[in-house]
This record gives sequence, structure tokens and C-alpha cells, in this order.
Amino acid sequence: MLSKRIIPCLDVAHGRVVKGVQFVDIIDAGDPVEAAIKYDEQGADELTFLDIRASHESRDTLYHMVTEVAEHVFMPLTVGGGVKALGDIENLLHAGADKVSINTAAIFTPELVRDAAERFGSSTIVVAVDAKRVEQHWECFTHGGRKPTGINAVAWAKRMSDYGAGEILLTSMDADGTKNGYDIPLTCAVSDAVTANVVASGGVGTLEHLAAGLKEGKADAVLAASIFHFGTFTIHEAKSYLAAQGIPVRL
Amino acid sequence: MIGLINYGMGNLHSVAKALEKAGGRVELVDDAGKLQDYDRIVLPGVGAFRDCIGALQKTGMDAALKASIDSGKPFLGICLGMQVLMDVSCEFGSYRGLGLIPGAVKPFPEQHPERGFKIPHMGWNDVVLSSAKTPHPVLAPLAGKQVYYVHSYCCMPQNPDHLLAACSYGDYPFAAAIGRDNMVAVQFHPEKSQRAGLALLEAFLQWHP
Repeated sequence: MLSKRIIPCLDVAHGRVVKGVQFVDIIDAGDPVEAAIKYDEQGADELTFLDIRASHESRDTLYHMVTEVAEHVFMPLTVGGGVKALGDIENLLHAGADKVSINTAAIFTPELVRDAAERFGSSTIVVAVDAKRVEQHWECFTHGGRKPTGINAVAWAKRMSDYGAGEILLTSMDADGTKNGYDIPLTCAVSDAVTANVVASGGVGTLEHLAAGLKEGKADAVLAASIFHFGTFTIHEAKSYLAAQGIPVRL
Repeated sequence: MIGLINYGMGNLHSVAKALEKAGGRVELVDDAGKLQDYDRIVLPGVGAFRDCIGALQKTGMDAALKASIDSGKPFLGICLGMQVLMDVSCEFGSYRGLGLIPGAVKPFPEQHPERGFKIPHMGWNDVVLSSAKTPHPVLAPLAGKQVYYVHSYCCMPQNPDHLLAACSYGDYPFAAAIGRDNMVAVQFHPEKSQRAGLALLEAFLQWHP
């Protein structure tokens, strides 16, 4: 049976893992290869690296970092942050990424997702959707959650799935950083709307939150950062808990 | 020395590193004329069927690969490198494959999102070795393990003897591994399957069909 995936997410800047609280007080949190090896040993199913600087200067450093990580761990790597063109995707795939996440550029150029899926395959293309509750629905935000777009997030996720994105990395801006759990109604609404895989993100504070994202949110995978970084739980502890809840995981 | 076929697409870097980690020495091969120089051949794959088979035909690698396989060298196909062994694929139209394993490549049937049946089939799933046969030596280390799959199309070998291992997605069974004689090919990605994947690559390096 297909297992639900547990994905630790690492924020990177200039080729280093960083930790930050709401994008301020960013501190160096170590070497990406060491972090990747640690999560590999704990049994992570995939790794996601998000380049929070995403500037031109940090591009080459990012490619180098991906190459180095891919030499040491043999599991799927998703890389995102500042991807604007087919050339960026190609460079990341050549560096050793398995999947590339597109966020802001998809909003401005939706055709990029269609072109990328045709050229590199749906399984390679992830669209990151940052959604925030606005009145009775959810709206997409860009630029790391700073700019509203007026676009309905559920409809947008469906459009991106129809354009060939193989995965939707769905982050609730409301839940992110709260440790109060995923936005379950949002996750469930997107999971029901799309044929692509859905990765729930934003808000995990406890293992129960992971289970809720998979069961009630119907997500295919759950992403979390701080509970794993700060050693609150290991990946193995998380998986053991989920298995005890009857959720299929790879132990 | 392992010849890793480079046809201008796919995740060569990951496959090369994993083969090295498993103890092999690897070179990328883009010149069809050089393929005969290698002891073992690996055909990796990511992307679309038509682009892969098109690139192999354009460089003459299709004929060189068939000749190498006929000569009895151990061959490992991965993901798309498994699918191109078949006669025909219906991905983005109808395209002829290498015809080394009779059968077709077809998409998963109409999906049912409400049942959680998403496309692509992406993630960790089983490798079920047929209990009726002796496990294939390259696949034997995977008994009871899960491996990483990413695909929307499946191989449908005509001859049940060519089916070496199966997997199911939802309630739909499909070929996890196929092969005959000196060929073995897997739908999943051993280079992304952590210890289980490296164990398969080690077994391939020691395989003397």
C-alpha cells in the first residue's frame, strides 16, 4: 500500500540551513548535507529545500548545495525558491533535484507550469500555493506571503493540477508558525479539488497535527520544519505515532 | 565498468552517485559506438516516453543497446528506462519502443480523487515478489521493503514470465519489475530508495546472469 510521506523542510540561504521566526531573527542552523544525513538516518521520506533568499547571487550557491546533498543522501529532493523560468528548473534538476517547486512565477506566468510539466514531466513539477483565509474563502499570496493576488486558492490549485503540476505544496499563511495545526478545511478542500498530490504545510506543533493533515485533510504527504529541526520529535517518532493511528507509513 | 546511458535527459547525477555508493565504477555514455566497451549497462529515465525513445534513436543508441543486451551483458532499466523496453507506449500519442519485452505502456485507469487515487503515483510503495517463482537475484533484497515510485504510466508485459515483481496502487496492480535473461528493469527509483535502493544496486553489480 502506498505510504503517506513525512517531509522535513529546510529553509536555506546562501547554501546554509537557516532558522527564522516569521522571517526575522534568522540564524545559521548548519550545513545542509549534515541536516540531510540526519533526516535520512531518521527515515524521512523526502526532503524539501526552500531558498528563502532566492536572489541571483545565491543561485549558484544553491545549485552547488543541491549537488552536494544529492551525493550523500539517496531520497527524493524538492527544491524551490525564486524559480522563474524553464532554465531555472533545468539547472536545479541537473544539479540533483528531483522536483522543483514554483510559487510566485506560476501566478504571473501560469503557462510556465504547463510548459514545465510537458518538458520535464508532471512528477517533477510542484506548485507551491500560499493561502490565507479572506472572508469565506482562501486567497493566494505571493512573495513569501506578503502580496495578495485576489485569486481563489482552491480554484488556483485545481488549475495548476490541470496544467500538469504533479504536486501542490499547500501552505496556510494563517496557520504557519502558530503550532496550532494545519488548516484542515483548506487542506481538505484542495485535496478534494485536485488530481495532483497534496502536501500539507504550515502550523504543525504536535504529532496529532500530522495525523489530522493526512486523515481529515486528506493530504498525501505532510511537511513540517520546526518540530523536526528543534528535536521536539524525530521522524521515526512521528511515523511510529502515525502507524499506531492506522495511517500507512514506511517504517 | 558500468555504462550509464546519457540521452540528454533524466537524473543521471543521482543514478551515478548511487551506483558508486553501491560499489560500482560508472561512466556516462553518450556515444553509441562506445557502449560495447562496458561490462554492465544502466538506462535511467525521467521525462516523457517519446523524448526518450526519440533521443535513443537519433544517436543510434537504440541499436547499440539492443546489441549489448543480445550479447548477454547485465542490463538495468529504471523507470522510463524500463518503459522503453516495451513494444509501444500511448503517452502523448502512440510511440514504438525498443520491443525487447512484448507488451505496452499504458496510463493508470481513470483516477478517483475521492478515493485518494492521485496521479502521478508518487511515494513509497511495495515490491511484491511472485511467491511461485524463485526471487530474482537483483530483486531479492527488496522483500518486505518499500521503494520510491514516481510515474503515471505502467508496463503491461504480455508474457507473465516477464513479470518479476508487482505493486498495487489503490486496488490497481501493476508491474514493479520486469525482465528476462540478462535484463532486469524496475518502475521505481532505486537511486531514491535509500538503503533498499542501494541494496538493489549492489545486487545488480554482483549479478551474473
